[in-house]
Amino acid sequence: MMNNGTLISLSGITKHYDTGKVKVRALQGIDLEIKRGEFIAIIGPSGSGKSTLMNIVGCLDTPTAGEYLLDGRPVANMGIHQLAAIRNKKIGFIFQNFNLLPYATAYENVELPLIFAGAPGAIRKEKIMRNLSMVGLSERADHKPTELSGGEMQRVAIARALANDPEVILADEPTGNLDTRSGKEIIEIFERLNVEGRSVVTITHDMSIAERCHRIVRLKDGIIESDTRNGNKI
Amino acid sequence: MKTLIILKQFFQDIRKQKLRTFLTTFGIVWGTASIIFLIAFGEGIYKHNVKQFKGLGERLVIIWPGRTSIPFKGLPKGRNIRFTENDIAMLKKDISDIMVASPEYSGYGPLTYERKTLAQNVIGVYPEFAVVRNVIPEKGGRFLNEIDLEYRKRSMFIGSEIRNDLFGEGANPVGKDVVFNGVPFLVVGVMKDKDQNSSYRGRDRYKAWIPASTSRAMFNRRYPNNMVYQVSDEFRSKAVEKRVFEILGRKYKFDPADEQALSVWDTNEDMKEWRPFFQGFKIFLGIIGFFTLIVGGIGTANIMYVVVKERTKEIGIKMALGATRAQIMSQIIVESLLMTAVGGAFGFLVAKFLETVFPMLNLTEYIGDPIIAMDAVIATISIIGTVGFLAGFFPARRAANLNPVEALRL
Repeated sequence: MMNNGTLISLSGITKHYDTGKVKVRALQGIDLEIKRGEFIAIIGPSGSGKSTLMNIVGCLDTPTAGEYLLDGRPVANMGIHQLAAIRNKKIGFIFQNFNLLPYATAYENVELPLIFAGAPGAIRKEKIMRNLSMVGLSERADHKPTELSGGEMQRVAIARALANDPEVILADEPTGNLDTRSGKEIIEIFERLNVEGRSVVTITHDMSIAERCHRIVRLKDGIIESDTRNGNKI
Repeated sequence: MKTLIILKQFFQDIRKQKLRTFLTTFGIVWGTASIIFLIAFGEGIYKHNVKQFKGLGERLVIIWPGRTSIPFKGLPKGRNIRFTENDIAMLKKDISDIMVASPEYSGYGPLTYERKTLAQNVIGVYPEFAVVRNVIPEKGGRFLNEIDLEYRKRSMFIGSEIRNDLFGEGANPVGKDVVFNGVPFLVVGVMKDKDQNSSYRGRDRYKAWIPASTSRAMFNRRYPNNMVYQVSDEFRSKAVEKRVFEILGRKYKFDPADEQALSVWDTNEDMKEWRPFFQGFKIFLGIIGFFTLIVGGIGTANIMYVVVKERTKEIGIKMALGATRAQIMSQIIVESLLMTAVGGAFGFLVAKFLETVFPMLNLTEYIGDPIIAMDAVIATISIIGTVGFLAGFFPARRAANLNPVEALRL
C-alpha cells in the first residue's frame, strides 16, 4: 500500500447531463493524477463541477467520456460487482450531509461496510470500536444520528468510511454543514489519516482548510483552472 | 447474521412506518381472508344443499300410479294404471340397475301413547326403504327388518318429531307400545333427524313407518300409493325409467311413450339440473376471491414500489458503502415476503375465526356453514407468496439498478 505510485489517473474526463431541455456540461475534460499519500483540496465556485468530479472518482457516477484508471486499471471495464467492491474496500466516501442511516446507531452505521464486505462478527466489533475511538466517539456507539451533533455525525461517517481500511478518503465538503470548531476537528482527523499514509481528497469552500492541504486543485466551469503543490504550480 | 440484520432493519422500518406497514399488511390480510372465506362459504352452501338433496334419498326415483293419455291397442285413453307389490318385485328382478325398491302404503289414523294422540300418517314399507330414502336410526334403535315384514309384525319406526310430540324431546321410546288405529305397535327405532329440502306427503321427521305387509293387512290394501327405488348410477335413471314404462306398459297395456300412464319424480334429474349451478356457483366464488386477491396483490406491489422509492436514498447510501445488488435486493425481498407471510397468516386466522363464528348466526338451515378447504388455503397462500415475491422483486431490481449518485440525489 505504501508505494508512491499513481493511485488515480484521469484523462479527458467529461460529464454531460442531458435533462431533456438543457444540456449541462459539468466536466469538460479533466486530466488529473493522484498519487498515494497525497492530501488534496479541490476548490472552486458552485457549479464548477467539484462534486461531479468527486462522484466519478468515487465510482458513484460514470463519466460521459475520458479514461479513469484506478491502480492502473480502467474503471470503465469493471462490472457492478467489482465497482461495489471498490466502493466497499478501496474508497472511503464522506458526504457533506453525512448520509448516515437515521434509524441505526453509530455502531450499526459503522458496521454497514463491514457487513457488505462479509466480515465475521468478532472482526466487525473490533474494527468498529477501533474506528469509533479513533474519531473519539467510543462513548457514543449506541447513539442514533438524531442524538448526535453535526460534528459527531460527521465523525461517525469518517469512522464508517474507514471501516474497511480504504487507501483513499474522498470527502465532498465534509465541513460544509459544521461550525468552525467541528470543522477543525474533522480536518485534524484527515491530517492524521494522511500522516498514516492514506490519500485524502477533500472538496472545500474554506480557504483556511484548503491551505492545510499539500495540493490545491481549483476548478472553474468544468475544467482545472489551477493545480498547485505547496504554493507551486504543477 | 446478515439475515438478522435484515430482520432488524425490517422491524426498525415497521416501527418508523407504522401506518404504512399496517395498511400494506392489512390489504394482504383482507385479501387472504376474503378469498379463503368466500371459497369456504361456497363450499358450505354446496355441501349443505347436497346434503339436503340426499336427505330425501340417494339416486332416488318415485313412481305413482297414473292415467293413460294416449289410446293404445284399441283401448281408450283415461284408464287408471296401478301397480302391485308383485310388479315391484318383477321390475327389480328384470332391471339390474334397480338396486333396491319398496312400495309405500299410506294410512291415516290416530296414533296414541298414554294420554297423547296424533292424527298420523303411517306408511307401510320394506326394510330397503331406509336405504333408498336415507333413513338412519338413532342410537339404540333400528329400522324395520325382514322378520317384521315376513311375520307382519306390529313394529313401528317413528320420525324424530313424533317422538318429541308423544314421548317428549330427546326421550328414548324404543321398546314402548303405541296404539295406531286401535292396534298396538312396538316402537323399534327413531329416525335420526336429517336435512331435507324436498318431500312428498311431508318431511320424514313427521312420519312413521310400519312393515308393508302389516299395513296392507290393516287397511286391506292391494295397490301401494307409490313405489320408490334406487338406481345404480344417476346417469342410468332415464334408461331405467324407460324400462319401467316398457315392462308395466306390456302388462297393463299402455303406450310406453305415454308419460301420464305413471307419474315419475326422478330426483337424479333434479341433482343433474342443480349440479352445474353449484359448480358454477363455486367457480363464481373462486373468481371473486381470485380477483380480490389480485387487487390485494396490486395494492401490495404498489406500496412496495413506493416503499422502495422512498428508500432510494438509503439504497444509495448502501451502494456508496459497497453493497452489492444482491445484498440490496435480498433485504427488500425478505421484507415484502415477511409482510405477505404475516398478512397471509393473519388473513387465514381471520377466515378461521369467521368460520367458527358463522354458525352462531343461525343461518345454517338456509345456507349451511362455511367450510375452509385446505386446497383453497394452499392455493391462496401460494398466490399471495408469489405476489409478495414479485411485489418485492421488481422494485428491488429497479432500485439496485440505479447509479449510486442517482439514488443519493433522489
